[in-house]
Amino acid sequence: MTRRVAVVGVGYTKFGEHWERSLRDLSTEAGALALADSKLDGKDIQALYVGNMSAGRFIGQGHLGALAAEYAGLLPIPATRFEAACASSAVAFKNACIAIQSGKYDVIMAAGAEKMTDLMGTDAIATLMGAGDQEWEASVGLTFAGLYALIARRHMAVYGTTREQMAMVSVNNHKNGVLNERAQFRYEITVEQVLKSAMISDPLTLLDCSPITDGAAAVILVSEEIARKLDNPIWVLSTSQATDTLALHNRASLTGLNATRVAARKTYQETGLSSRDIDVAEVHDCFSINEIIALEDLGFCEKGQGGKFVEDGKISRDSEIPVNTTGGLKSVGHPVGATGIRQLADLTNQLRGRCGPMQVTGANTGLALNIGGSGATAVVSMLANGDAKPKR
Amino acid sequence: MVHKSSVPLYWRLQKSRYTLTGTKCHTCNTVYFPPKEFCPACRRKGDIREFRFSGRGKIISYTVIRVPPEGFEKYTPYTVAIIELDEGTRLSGQVVGNPESIDIGRKVSPVFRKFHEDGPAGLIQYGIKFELVAEETPLK
Ligand SMILES: [Zn+2]
Repeated sequence: MTRRVAVVGVGYTKFGEHWERSLRDLSTEAGALALADSKLDGKDIQALYVGNMSAGRFIGQGHLGALAAEYAGLLPIPATRFEAACASSAVAFKNACIAIQSGKYDVIMAAGAEKMTDLMGTDAIATLMGAGDQEWEASVGLTFAGLYALIARRHMAVYGTTREQMAMVSVNNHKNGVLNERAQFRYEITVEQVLKSAMISDPLTLLDCSPITDGAAAVILVSEEIARKLDNPIWVLSTSQATDTLALHNRASLTGLNATRVAARKTYQETGLSSRDIDVAEVHDCFSINEIIALEDLGFCEKGQGGKFVEDGKISRDSEIPVNTTGGLKSVGHPVGATGIRQLADLTNQLRGRCGPMQVTGANTGLALNIGGSGATAVVSMLANGDAKPKR
Repeated sequence: MVHKSSVPLYWRLQKSRYTLTGTKCHTCNTVYFPPKEFCPACRRKGDIREFRFSGRGKIISYTVIRVPPEGFEKYTPYTVAIIELDEGTRLSGQVVGNPESIDIGRKVSPVFRKFHEDGPAGLIQYGIKFELVAEETPLK
């Protein structure tokens, strides 16, 4: 990266069912939290980038940039909405970094927001399927759980991954989320409970699936000159994005996500670091199988060994690679357009040492993976407190 | 399906959906379903023409949908599979019959069936589903 970029403020709303609050209330709260955390003033912000997947269908609202800017008191700065399904806000984050690197802006608020609970059950499921191929996947009755079930079944057949191993992903993330005051679900679950919960799309049960959630998250990104004047900036070492076919069936392999692999490779090349140098990771667990596949595609373990890696306890808070230390999408909740920034907000707090009981001791370098759809978009970001050096 | 009674949409897709008509690039011999009007591999050098698929293929993966999207409530549960067609491309399709006998590697052939009623107006959608080819031992 040419001109360095740092995260200097983060915040997100309580995630959950906010029946009494609208999208504008949630995005305004997240922005105010991030701004207060940064010690900057609203008038310092030069542009607003908002990630959102489907407000047009969830609540009939378009033109999210203007809405969020007005309610946050940020008029008349340019405000733009980014959409890449569940990866919308990581894409907003990436583009904010590029805009600062380019020299065009010095201070940008990158946010994400989604209001999902205004729609009822099957309608919300159909709306989420907008992240897949409407004409050739949704048309035959596929759902998002269905797409990841197709991936899970294939991974089980090819590598012997078990339903118990997938369940352990949800168990780990719920265990972590108990400590997170902003998480939607703050209780522990057992492998048996996951296996016995309602079957959604074989082999995935209800507790293999992240929930329908309302929420918003925001971060303040600044140029190096400004970061130097503020407390404890967290540097963006790299943020890489890659794309794959929209429809799952058009991919040669179902057992990995090529967009993740390409984005991760680019990130490791740009930083000169590898998966071994990462102290803490936020990994997109929209469905339990996806975290297993991501651990493989990011290089934390060999292809096909993700299930065993989880079973061996290697993702818990005190293990070699603590994953989703604040609860992941499963426990924190998954307001689709907000998740990417929520992951980066939690990762920033880990690297600042501000995670309280959730803190990973000595975390210096962190990675976040945000995925859109069934893997058509992947964004890998690496952040560090100070300089990150290869460990070996 | 998010669309409600979108007649032009169904009209446009009818030929492909009813007869499994895709395209083939005669420059690189790649087949496309759904049809592509432009060969991404050959670009301007592509020679794209209509191509009719047999509908025969094998199951790559499958799932039984128990919590459906809007419009499919009446037909739940139902099985959806990724099918590799004999001619060499893949698609997502419903597989009729007992889910217990479906497995990865099983061969399938096409059948013409009702899909769902779309929206309050109840526009009825038809298309190709798949059934297992009888007496086939599973090939992984
Ligand atoms: Zn061609």
